[in-house]
Amino acid sequence: MSVPALSARHRRVRRTELWAYAFLLPTIVLYGVFTVYPIVGSYWYSFVDWNGFDAIKTFVGLDNYREALSDPLFWNAFKVTILFTVVAVPVKVFSGFLLALVLNSPRMPWKGFFRTGFFLPVVTTTAIVGVVMQFIFDPTSGPVNGALLELGLTDEGVNFLGDARTALWTVVAVFVWKWFGQTLIYWLAALQTIPTELYEAASIDGASSPRRMWSITLPLLKPFTIIITLLTLESTLHVFDLMLTMTGGGPFFATQVVEIFIYEQAFASSVPRLGYASAVAVLFGLFVFVVGLFQLVGVRAVQRARQA
Amino acid sequence: MTTTPPTVLAARERSRSRVSASPPTPNGRRRFTWRTLSVWFGTAVLLCILAAWIYPFLWMVSAALKSPLEVFDAGLGLIPEDPQWSNFTRAWVDAQFGRYLRNTVIVTVATVVIVVVRCAMAGYVLARRRFYGRRLILVLLVATLFVPTGYTIIPVVDLATNLHLLNSLWGMIIAMSGGAHVASILLYVGYFHQLPRELEEAAIVDGAGFLRTFLRVMLPMAGPVTATVTLMTFMATWNAFFLPLVFTFSRPDLRTLSVGMLAFVGENSTDWSGMAAAAVISLLPMVILFVVLQRYFVEGIAGAIKA
Repeated sequence: MSVPALSARHRRVRRTELWAYAFLLPTIVLYGVFTVYPIVGSYWYSFVDWNGFDAIKTFVGLDNYREALSDPLFWNAFKVTILFTVVAVPVKVFSGFLLALVLNSPRMPWKGFFRTGFFLPVVTTTAIVGVVMQFIFDPTSGPVNGALLELGLTDEGVNFLGDARTALWTVVAVFVWKWFGQTLIYWLAALQTIPTELYEAASIDGASSPRRMWSITLPLLKPFTIIITLLTLESTLHVFDLMLTMTGGGPFFATQVVEIFIYEQAFASSVPRLGYASAVAVLFGLFVFVVGLFQLVGVRAVQRARQA
Repeated sequence: MTTTPPTVLAARERSRSRVSASPPTPNGRRRFTWRTLSVWFGTAVLLCILAAWIYPFLWMVSAALKSPLEVFDAGLGLIPEDPQWSNFTRAWVDAQFGRYLRNTVIVTVATVVIVVVRCAMAGYVLARRRFYGRRLILVLLVATLFVPTGYTIIPVVDLATNLHLLNSLWGMIIAMSGGAHVASILLYVGYFHQLPRELEEAAIVDGAGFLRTFLRVMLPMAGPVTATVTLMTFMATWNAFFLPLVFTFSRPDLRTLSVGMLAFVGENSTDWSGMAAAAVISLLPMVILFVVLQRYFVEGIAGAIKA
């Protein structure tokens, strides 16, 4: 403390550092306890056998993983998740893009009105929409079958959610309907990043409208395509609320995506198996992580291509 | 005017067509071109799609006002013969949706307050201060951007049991506020990061300490971010399902609307009009909020892309 100036400065730095930590404290505590610890913790849970009722957690090593990999229901859950994703993502991303193009055209009337209408389902509670949809697709009294009967497309109602052949595709349709508005907003935001001068310049040079699309819109939207696909993919892989309230994973496991499988094992079976459910969650987490990595590699490649 | 060359006319028409669908011709009548026709046709098609899009909501509202027998008709007619407000009474009182609404409001408001406060504070110091461990925290945050509830739910439930947080509204609130909310923190980081340094320097010159600088200078400036974060968190919490479901297994009286809905259908699968009334009660607050604050919703969602 022989140099007062330095010590005063030093004290000030120390004090702002302390303030910084004080400001981070709520986040560190809450986020640490309810996000970071659970992520790390689920690895430990996946090595034990535990029914959740009593405190006894028996260490079983890799048994849960071995069991998962030889469990046909686990593979079924993976298959259903991938099927769901492979259909829902392209449909949602592409149709959202088409409508965004239409709504972005300067000659389109009532843009705001359409945007609002298509966005409305996004703000509603997924679980409640799922329950309402059970009734809407009801085989005997639901309005969808009512419409099909009136049009003469079917003699007896189609059991959309009760038939293993149609259940998954019905949920896909509702999922796309529910979240379509979000993709639409993403695309509209992306389209608005393109300066209108480019289009004007192209028009003056005599570029036709398809040509403008091909040479301006599509190349400039490339990075957004990857981001939007990534965001859509992430949300699709974790479909849970809608599935549980529309089908509960049935009929005959036809719609049992991985998250429903985890939920069933952990909370909905007569003997909960939290260790086993954790192992499945870890495996699925790794899968999602790898998918995300692939996407990131793609994003990087595009960025490099743009800089080149 | 009659001597205007055709190319100029065409150019004029092109530039006009951006503004109005059918430019008036020199003699004052509107001329219908293929272009205007296609715009009208496209609009008509879109209107049909939109009608199908919002049909489920219209059906829900109409079913909530129909008599229980009338709903079973499977008719597409949306106008109830004789509005039955008793459906709402049944949902509100017998099915306890009044209570579920109260629980949902409490959980949502408390969670929003906690999340906004903690994200603003964290975002501020992460953006404006240098301290040991800053990079690590940022890396951790970004790494957990996509972690879904389903992945962390088992450790969270075990932890909540041990901390005696399970089966209480407070437990639910704390667990919800402890979710990642990474996007909210990053929004604040981004906003505070681009503010000029002079702000803090001026505050220090005026003799304001760290806390006062934040509360009086920085936080008021971040109003737009606070609005977005509030709205996004409100929506996420109001619509949350997995966590409230698991937290209220043994305490039905603490259910939120979404969990109550599933339970209600499990118990009264034939009460369609009651179900629809309960759904209207549950969805209406969010829909009203959306209609009033549309712009912010759209900006909040679009922000994910711009970042």
